[in-house]
Amino acid sequence: MAMNASEIERLIKDGIPDAIIVIEDLRGDGDHYAARVTSRAFIGKSRVQQHQMVYQALKGKMGDELHALALQTTAPSDA
Amino acid sequence: MITNPVIERIKQDISDNEVVLYMKGSPVFPQCGFSAAVVQILSNLGVRFKGIDVLTDPSLRQGIKEFSQWPTVPQLYVKGDFVGGCDIVREMYESGELEELLTERGVAAAQQA
Repeated sequence: MAMNASEIERLIKDGIPDAIIVIEDLRGDGDHYAARVTSRAFIGKSRVQQHQMVYQALKGKMGDELHALALQTTAPSDA
Repeated sequence: MITNPVIERIKQDISDNEVVLYMKGSPVFPQCGFSAAVVQILSNLGVRFKGIDVLTDPSLRQGIKEFSQWPTVPQLYVKGDFVGGCDIVREMYESGELEELLTERGVAAAQQA
């Protein structure tokens, strides 16, 4: 039930094309990641909405194949 | 309109209680590190909350995700509004926004001894 970091990055990028993504494999087990995502698409959105956009890009894999992804989202203006 | 009893129950719970945490396990015995982290934060702030264990009820575990369009548990609700999961709650706690929000929404924190 693990996913590799490049697949996570690809899915996010497919959903949010201008996203700048930094992914860290927290335990080296392919199951616990931290991702920092920056995108202009986040401007004017609440944190909940920003995270929902990333989850949407992950197409239901979050909470399923992807057990743990600590998310931090940023809009470029407030970076 | 068809009403989903699970969704109705969620609506009832988050309107009956000022602060509700949907979590894995109970506040005393969290069954997941993310749930435990949010319980810890709420305890640090001295906030009284109702913890609802989704592991005891598969339909609730599924229902809460549909209700909020949010794929993971824990989920924190304040005065009926979805605040976020573990990452957002932690970020808001560290920046002081969570305390601000609770004060703004008139949630009484326990008096600090």
